Amino acid sequence: FSENLQCQALPEKVKIVEVGPRDGLQNEKTIVPTETKIHLIDMLSVSGLPVIEATSFVSPKWVPQMADQVEVMKGICRQPGVSYPVLTPNLKGFQAAVKAGASEVAIFGAASELFSKKNINCSVDESLQRFDEVMKAAKEAGVPVRGYVSCVLGCPYEGKVAPEKVAHVAKSLYSMGCYEISLGDTIGVGTPGSMSEMLEAVSREVPVNALAVHCHDTYGQALANILVALQMGISVVDSSVAGLGGCPYAQGASGNVATEDVVYMLHGLGIQTGVDLSKLMDAGAFICRSLNRKTNSKVSQATCKL
Amino acid sequence: MLNATVSEFNMLTITGHEYPEFVKIVEVGPRDGLQNEKEIVPTGVKIQLIDMLSGTGLHVIEATSFVSSKWVPQMADHTEVLRGIQRAPHVQYPVLTPNLQGFQDAVAAGATEVAVFGSASETFSKKNINCSIDESMLRFEEVINTAKEQQIPVRGYVSCALGCPHEGHIEPSKVAEVAKKLYEMGCYEISLGDTIGVGTPGSMFKMLQCVMKEVPADALAVHCHDTYGQALPNILTALQMGVCVVDSAVAGLGGCPYAQGSSGNVSTEDVLYMLHGMGIETGVNLAKVVEAGDFICNALCRKTNSKVAKARGRTL
Repeated sequence: FSENLQCQALPEKVKIVEVGPRDGLQNEKTIVPTETKIHLIDMLSVSGLPVIEATSFVSPKWVPQMADQVEVMKGICRQPGVSYPVLTPNLKGFQAAVKAGASEVAIFGAASELFSKKNINCSVDESLQRFDEVMKAAKEAGVPVRGYVSCVLGCPYEGKVAPEKVAHVAKSLYSMGCYEISLGDTIGVGTPGSMSEMLEAVSREVPVNALAVHCHDTYGQALANILVALQMGISVVDSSVAGLGGCPYAQGASGNVATEDVVYMLHGLGIQTGVDLSKLMDAGAFICRSLNRKTNSKVSQATCKL
Repeated sequence: MLNATVSEFNMLTITGHEYPEFVKIVEVGPRDGLQNEKEIVPTGVKIQLIDMLSGTGLHVIEATSFVSSKWVPQMADHTEVLRGIQRAPHVQYPVLTPNLQGFQDAVAAGATEVAVFGSASETFSKKNINCSIDESMLRFEEVINTAKEQQIPVRGYVSCALGCPHEGHIEPSKVAEVAKKLYEMGCYEISLGDTIGVGTPGSMFKMLQCVMKEVPADALAVHCHDTYGQALPNILTALQMGVCVVDSAVAGLGGCPYAQGSSGNVSTEDVLYMLHGMGIETGVNLAKVVEAGDFICNALCRKTNSKVAKARGRTL
C-alpha cells in the first residue's frame, strides 16, 4: 500500500443518500411510532438531502420496525426534487411498494456466501435470481433500482472478503439494471487500505460514477474510508442522521456513519452537498429525543456544547 | 473555519502520493489525556498506565508535565511519576516544561526529553499561559538554550493550528510562522495541534502546505482532536502530504475543555487500526494498547472513547 496511488480529482459535488429512517431505525431496539418516522423524514426532506431511504417492504415478521411501511410511504410530505427509495427484497415487496406509492426501490446482495445464507437464507446466486424478478417488474414500471452489496470489506462470519467477489456481485447487479451500486462495509472493519483495494477491483467492472460507499463507523474508520473513496472518484455517500443504527455484530458499538459528520468533512473540503447542516442537526436532535438516546454524531455533540 | 477549495485540494490528489512505510506514534495519554480528565488520578495508577504503555511497542510516551501544580493539579505528582516509571529501553518519555524553572525540575527528576507549548493564536496564548506568543517564545528560548547545553532534545507544540476557540479562523501563515520560530530555535520536531478539533482535510491540507514551506515534513507531527469526528481523515491527509509522526491518546483520554462532554484526543487504538490496515508499520501491538486503555478506563470509571476498543470488547 505504500505505492503511488492513481487518484482522480475530488468531486465538486457529492450526493448524500440518507439511510437513517430505514437502515438506521431498522437497527434501533426501540420500535419507533409511525408519526415519529414520518416527522423525521419530513424534517430531513427540508434539509437539502437529495435522497432519503424511507422504509423497507420486507415482511414485518422479520423486521417489525418496518411493519408500518405503507403508512410511512403514504404519510410523508414528499419534497420536489427529493427521492424516497424503499427496500424491496422480492417481487411481492416490490408490488406492495409500488402500490404504496414508491417511485424508486433498492435490492440488497452480499459479497459473502455465509452472510447471504444467514441473513436472507439463500446463496448469493439465488438472491440475484430473486432480484431478477424485481428488476424485470421495475423496468416495466419505469422504476429505478439501486443495488446494495454488503460485506464488501469484511464479513462477520467469513472474515476477509475477496475484492474480486465484491466486483462480481456489483457487476451482476449493474448488468441486471441497477443504476447505482452502494458498496457497504457492513461491520465497519475496512480501512483506507482495504477500501482502495476493493474499489480498484470494482471500478474495473462498474463505472465509478455508478458507485456509492456505505461505510460503518464501528472501528472509527468511516470518514477516512470515505475520503479515500472520494479520491478514487466516488461521489455518492450513504450515511445516517445522528449515526442511527448500531452494529448488530458488535453489541453496543456504533454502526452507520453520522450524516452530520460526513457533511462537516465535505463542506470543509469545499465539496457541495446541498445540505443545510443545522437543519440536519435539528432532525438528528429530534429523533434522538424521541428514541431517548444520545446522538452518535460528534459534530452534533460538539456543537451543542461550545 | 477555513475551507480549502476543491481545486486546491486536487493538487494533492491528482499528482498522487505515497504513504510513509513507518509512522511514529507519540502517545500523549498520560499527560495530555489525563490532564483533561476531571478525576485526579492516583500516582500509582499513572505509573501503572505508563508501564503498561511501555510494553506495547510505543516509542514515545509523554509522561507528565512540569507546570505549577497550582495551574494543573492533575500533574502535581510529576516528580514521583517520572521517578516511579520503569523506563523501557528505546522508549522516550518527554515531559512538558513551560519555563526554565519547570525544565530544571524536570531534569532533576530524571527527564531526558522535554516539550514546549506555543500557540498560533494570540488570544489563546494570553488566556492559556498568560502571555503573548512573542513573550512565550522568549520563555521557550531560555528552555531550549539550556536544554541544548545539556543535550536534551526539545519538542515544540503549536496549538490552535486549525482554529481557535476564541479567535475562530487561524491563518496558516501564522501557524507556519510559529512553527518556524520553534524549529529555528532548536526544537527537533514540531507537533501541530488541532486543539478544538474543528479541522477537516481541507484546512489540514492548506495549513500543512504553508508550514512545509518553512519546516521540513520529516520534522513535523500532527496532533488531531476528534471533537468533530475529523481526526482520522485529517491524519490521513497529513500522511499523504509526507508527515509521519502522529500524536494520539490511549482510549481517547482527555475531553475537550471548549466543548464540554465532547471528545478530545484521537484514540491511539483507532489510529493504529487505520495505519496497520494500510500496511504502515508502527512497531506497536494494538491488543496491548487496548489492554492499557481498559486499565485506565476502569481506574477512571469511564468508558473508552476508542471505537476499536468498544468493538473489540463485544464482537461475536
